[in-house]
Amino acid sequence: MAKKTGISRRTFVAGTGAAAGSGLIPIPAAWAAVDYKKFAGTKLEANLIKGPRGDLLQKYEKEFTALTGIEVSSEVIPEQQQRQKIVIELTSGKPSFDVMHLSYHVQKRLFERGKWLASVTPFMGNAALAEDDHKESDYSSAGLTYAKSGPELMSLPWSVDYFMLYWNKELFAKKNIAYPTNFDELIKAADALTDPASGTFGFVGRGLRNANLPLYMSFLLGFGKDALDDKGNLAIETPEAIEAAKIYKHLLTKCAPPGVAGYNWMESQASFLQGKSAMWLDGVGWAPAGEDPTRSRVVGKIGYGVLPKGPAAHASPTFGDGIGIPPGSTKKEAAFLYCQWAVSRTMGGRLLQTGGGVPFRNSVIGNAQVQAGVTMPKEWLTCVIESAKISKLGLPVVVPVTEFRDIIGTALTATLSGGDPATELKKASEQYKPILEKSEKG
Amino acid sequence: MAASAAKTKTKGLGHAARDPPHTQELVSSADREFGYRAMTIADSEQAVSALAPTVVDQASPAIASRAHYWPFVVPALVVVLAVILIPWVFTLWMSVHEWKLGGAYAFVGLENYLRLPRDPRFLDSIWYTLIYAGLSVILPVIFGTLAALVFHNEFPMRGILRGIFVAPMMATPVAIAVIWTMMFNPQLGVLNFLLSLVGIPPQLWVFDAKTVIPSLVLVETWQWTPLVMLIVLGGLAALPTEPYESAEIDGASAWQKFRYITWPMMLPFLMIAVIIRLIDALKSFDIIFAITQGGPGTASETINLYLYQTAFAYYDIGYGSAIAVVFFGIIVALSMATLYLRQRTQWTDAGVSAQ
Repeated sequence: MAKKTGISRRTFVAGTGAAAGSGLIPIPAAWAAVDYKKFAGTKLEANLIKGPRGDLLQKYEKEFTALTGIEVSSEVIPEQQQRQKIVIELTSGKPSFDVMHLSYHVQKRLFERGKWLASVTPFMGNAALAEDDHKESDYSSAGLTYAKSGPELMSLPWSVDYFMLYWNKELFAKKNIAYPTNFDELIKAADALTDPASGTFGFVGRGLRNANLPLYMSFLLGFGKDALDDKGNLAIETPEAIEAAKIYKHLLTKCAPPGVAGYNWMESQASFLQGKSAMWLDGVGWAPAGEDPTRSRVVGKIGYGVLPKGPAAHASPTFGDGIGIPPGSTKKEAAFLYCQWAVSRTMGGRLLQTGGGVPFRNSVIGNAQVQAGVTMPKEWLTCVIESAKISKLGLPVVVPVTEFRDIIGTALTATLSGGDPATELKKASEQYKPILEKSEKG
Repeated sequence: MAASAAKTKTKGLGHAARDPPHTQELVSSADREFGYRAMTIADSEQAVSALAPTVVDQASPAIASRAHYWPFVVPALVVVLAVILIPWVFTLWMSVHEWKLGGAYAFVGLENYLRLPRDPRFLDSIWYTLIYAGLSVILPVIFGTLAALVFHNEFPMRGILRGIFVAPMMATPVAIAVIWTMMFNPQLGVLNFLLSLVGIPPQLWVFDAKTVIPSLVLVETWQWTPLVMLIVLGGLAALPTEPYESAEIDGASAWQKFRYITWPMMLPFLMIAVIIRLIDALKSFDIIFAITQGGPGTASETINLYLYQTAFAYYDIGYGSAIAVVFFGIIVALSMATLYLRQRTQWTDAGVSAQ
């Protein structure tokens, strides 16, 4: 009946929202149909990871409270501790939080097995909760791969991280070298730019076990292979896997600063920002520090390049963060509003604009206004958009991801102190296979 | 004991800043107090053993009073049960189950224990733990004893210098770790810069599998030498003066006095320092975790780190518990061994016992 008589409540509110969007009332247009104040007075606990993404939510949470009347108290702790903390609390069955920051690339299957996520599909279909433009189809396919479990959306894909190549334009220009377009050129450039006598090195990246897996995967994916084969069996003894390990070993032993075996992204970044390394292969999200004069000696000299092509494929390892609700929360609707706010155009836009991450939502990253506000150099944004086109999941989607990273990572670190790639990978493979089989059958 | 000594020392220092002439008096009175305490504990042990037969003799009144007094024991008993016994039994229970967080658990008997000898990472970790703990006991004990012998003498500014020497012990391990990590950096760290001044080529410190454990021990030594110094200094202050007087009369040299009087008499205190250091070094976690996280590769992964990794990164609680139980056994065995050694070095006014 309502259809015939004309304006439903929803279209009316949406209309008001449109008016608001045109500048009459300061409320974002897309949020108009939702009954934001319904849960006013609710108190939410959010458990977030320290870093650009978690910090951003905490910084602006007052805005969320102003919009909804929902109070938020957020706990922001370092990544490794946060991952452990939420798992232990979820195991106890009574987590202290209503919203949690997820690292899909290490937690997806673990969380599915533990049944630690409440489906958000019902909320997405509820017009009083979900914003008009917030549709499942708005998320990129990598995001949906991570967030969906069967037909259900179990969390909201929040921020994606691609691996890219940071390069020092000044050092490249000095030696008259062009940006490498494939692995061979990458190795050649790294060799040519290495000059231990002057303390400059051609390449820097993660040598630390566990942390080094994404770097290795950047090469392996370029050979058109993955760590697991199509049947889900471990495949790190293939000729391609060994070749990739050889590249890894060459770059980190011949072209990288001494001690790189203990480097995580942070030490690598320090070396690159000090102008001591010409190339640094890591996530797109670390970019802001490079353009900050208080933290970087290479401001304005950094080039942001899409990963060079491999012999068989052109790929950028992809990792992702999400935000979800534990099944035990008694405030799921309010928590959903918070999660939705976290991935909204405003917050997602801010995330992209500050270079702290890349939203999974096409409507955010493709938005001209959002793009115009990006404070990072245009080249960075172009690199992000181009990397998205060649994105591949950077780690196998299995339960024992951490063991995978530790065991294969130890093998890779061992190659840096003289180990033979084929032997080390074989050893690692023997060690990891039983763990993988046991976990995936059980 | 150490903590109380450190506290007294700080208090002494506080006074020293305002009132320099009294510094030495205050500090040496602290030593006397510390030494006195160490002696009283040793004395009371003897006193207890001396009393033991009397208690047995008066058995029946003792039993009567036991019934009377037991409610007073209950709070302590509850605390011990809750924080020691129950977790311990629970760990044992978990160690015979296969339990991964997020999954179901099943009884597997001794399977977790049988996995241990076949796990190269676990075997390596035992080895790393022993090297790490061995070095972290020996070096602080040597340097701490030397420092104690130095600080036992009278010399100007002794109080202030002692205070400075004790400072590393009071710093937070994680803060220490962060600072040392920066100093260890082969490219940007200050240590290699210092080495370059005297013409030594740059080292990789914690960033190389071969040098990582010695480098970590360096931090541990820097931090815990003062503790050993405090314990030994307390011991030295408590030594009776008569043997020295007799030695003087007999015309003993300084070396003879050290070798035949000071050394045997301070051995019990040294053994206390060794026991405390050993237990501490075996379960050392914070410094290693914050500096290397067990790396490069697994080159500094001690049992404690591997256990943590297994339980809290792989969520393999059953296997992690089995490691914890074995690790507990190792610590108990080593502590017993050192306690036995300590008994052999125990001395009374009647002479060195059991020798």
